[in-house]
Amino acid sequence: MANDIKILTEHINIPGIETFEVYRKAGGYNAVEKAIKKMSPDEIVEEVKKSGIRGRGGAGFPMGMKWSFLAKPEGVPRYLVCNADESEPGTFKDHYLMKNLPHLLIEGMIVSSFALGANKSFIYVRGELMYVVRILEKAIEEAKAAGFLGKNILGSGYDLELVVQPGGGAYICGEETALLESLEGKRGNPRNKPPFPAVKGLYQSPTVVNNVESIANTPWVINHGGEEYAKIGIGRSTGTKLISASGHIKNPGVYEITLGLPVDEFMNSDQYLGGIRDGHYLKAVVAGGSSVPILPANLFYKTANGEDRLMSYESLSDGGFPTGTMLGSGGFIAMDETTCIVRNTWNFSRFYHHESCGQCSPCREGTGWMEKVLHRIEHGHGTMSDIDLLVDVAKKIEGNTICPLGDAAAWPVASAIRHFRDEFEWHINHPNEATKPGAVYMGAEILA
Amino acid sequence: MENEVPLIKVTIDGQEIRVPVGTTIMEAARQIGPSVAPPAMCYYKPLQGSGGKCRACLVKVTAGSEKDPRPMPKLVASCITGAQDGMVVENFTSPEVVEARKGVVEFLLINHPLDCPVCDQAGECHLQDFAFENGVGEKRFVEEKRTFEPEDIGDKVQLHMNRCILCYRCVYTANQLTEKRVHGVMGRGDHAQISTYIKNSLESDFYGNVIDVCPVGALTDKTYRFKSRVWFSKPVDAHCKCEKCSGKVQVWYKGDEVIRVTARKNQWGEVEDFICNTCRFDRKKTSDWVIEGPSKVARNSVIAQNKYGLNQGKKPEFALNYAATNYKSIDDSRENNQNLDQIKKSEDYKALMQKNDKFFSKEKSLK
Repeated sequence: MANDIKILTEHINIPGIETFEVYRKAGGYNAVEKAIKKMSPDEIVEEVKKSGIRGRGGAGFPMGMKWSFLAKPEGVPRYLVCNADESEPGTFKDHYLMKNLPHLLIEGMIVSSFALGANKSFIYVRGELMYVVRILEKAIEEAKAAGFLGKNILGSGYDLELVVQPGGGAYICGEETALLESLEGKRGNPRNKPPFPAVKGLYQSPTVVNNVESIANTPWVINHGGEEYAKIGIGRSTGTKLISASGHIKNPGVYEITLGLPVDEFMNSDQYLGGIRDGHYLKAVVAGGSSVPILPANLFYKTANGEDRLMSYESLSDGGFPTGTMLGSGGFIAMDETTCIVRNTWNFSRFYHHESCGQCSPCREGTGWMEKVLHRIEHGHGTMSDIDLLVDVAKKIEGNTICPLGDAAAWPVASAIRHFRDEFEWHINHPNEATKPGAVYMGAEILA
Repeated sequence: MENEVPLIKVTIDGQEIRVPVGTTIMEAARQIGPSVAPPAMCYYKPLQGSGGKCRACLVKVTAGSEKDPRPMPKLVASCITGAQDGMVVENFTSPEVVEARKGVVEFLLINHPLDCPVCDQAGECHLQDFAFENGVGEKRFVEEKRTFEPEDIGDKVQLHMNRCILCYRCVYTANQLTEKRVHGVMGRGDHAQISTYIKNSLESDFYGNVIDVCPVGALTDKTYRFKSRVWFSKPVDAHCKCEKCSGKVQVWYKGDEVIRVTARKNQWGEVEDFICNTCRFDRKKTSDWVIEGPSKVARNSVIAQNKYGLNQGKKPEFALNYAATNYKSIDDSRENNQNLDQIKKSEDYKALMQKNDKFFSKEKSLK
């Protein structure tokens, strides 16, 4: 089985891989040489299109398509921006990648910038990760000294300046247009679309915004060819994906899996997560970062049609919102039976309330409202009508906002009520029991 | 003419209109008239870049264009979405839009203090109109409202942050009319607030316009504070020779006294000409102005009577359509109804009516 293919993390265990010399010895920067010396920008875009790689930031939009949408008017600079503002609860894959393999990202940035014709590219790193900013800056200095960055790269006449910009630590700045606003030095409010960044992005110029993991995949695509990449994976989910697993599992951490891996194998084999900790069983899974719908264990292993679920974009979203979820950004959170779903939902809701930018009214007011109601239910002051109220508020936020943060705030609440309504009702009907430590629900002690 | 912009056809709530390329759905709807124009809380035509924030103007696009007649998957904000040739838009006729708008009203009101009885804006408040026309009469929010500490932002403009709906209009006004903007939005989420940079006060010849653009009572005129209710004053169009602005204003009288000066506003509550602070705050005598005559007050304005009474009449077509589809007609086939004429002619009926008349006349005399 091709499950062992490692595209991103192949060399991650080599000591000193974060330095230029070691990375170069392990075959690094070959893609830059190949791309700049032998290929034209259009050929690279064509290879990326062939590879079928989909955006790894959460939405899963085909990367080649995004690149080909980039407007190319004369006399206007184009920009590539790498979105490293990873702040979704449960997702920590980009952090891991940048910390351990800074040169892989830089190599990808050089290749991608060359393909898009950008002479100045940005890496927008989340503000909390200042040490990663320093790692990246050091790596850029090394690459510059070796002639892979700066003026006249490898004697080809192509110039590229790479800038690492720390953000202020706002979740909303992971939304691409808010990121561009923040990069321009303004308040990080998402822009109205259209115009899309491909037409008017950074400084009103055509811009492509890609996730760290997406960009880190490009050197492999250049070295081995897009068709070779498309053979990995299943169906339209090509390649590998970094999954950052956390929760009540035996082996939490970041895993590179081939898309199409059966969920059961990923969850229970010792090579990956190793199953739920001893003496407990799986209750619910958030498969792709806090904003995707939560799934109960039975719907997680098998789809509503009784098919085995696979770790791929299509299979996880099989069944749509009623019985499916999304691969999202790969923030995998497993919860065993001791987890209080109400408290967990309140916690997620508190996060979105805190991170809403406050620009458009449904999200600004609705996230706070949901948090307050969930807080009430969790602390034993809920009423039965509150459940329907939450569903209704979530419905009125979803789809009516400027950016997807509104949807991201509404989905966890709506799905938790959809699948765990009886637990919400239990909280409301047994306010004294539910708020005590060591409450027992469905035969399991809830630690909340 | 060759330079003329080509016209495109847009259908809004079943009414067709031809507008130039590049017109937004909102502007096209406004050209048809108030019966189809979506409400707007943040969009302000004179201010570049405004709109898209309040989501009050969400509409459903059931056909994208002539070439691509697929419907748009989500409701779109009509103030920032450009109209396409052959676009079909549903506004008040779409139950989905009506429902979403109820949600927006609710969201805007949950943290609003609802202090209309003491608010200077009451009567000309866009949020009042928006909630009255599009909202539901009940509230489901039982939590504590979020509040802000009062803040002094200058000697002429009163900031009442609890009432703010964060439409960003005042920020755009300060950006586009004044040389230096000292106020903006601080913080984020529902704790975002309009504030000045480190206790600055607004200082510029044109900052008074933030009062006019504010759709709610968050920014009000300190020289007019608590002087009168809007509907007790009479607006008069007037002008003066002003070096800084056009000098075309509306002067508001209470009796013989000029109690405030504002810019003239059009049908949509948008300022026609921005005026300077001297005109707004300092020229408060009749002798300062050349009076042109009483301002034209729209029939549905609160200054004209019965805004919230029986003759509300803003969207008769919609109301009739709604009634036609949602209410059953009265079943007239009952026997008693058929015999109504006979009953009216009967002696018993006449005796009953006489009794009634006596009773009511007694009541009147008692009073």
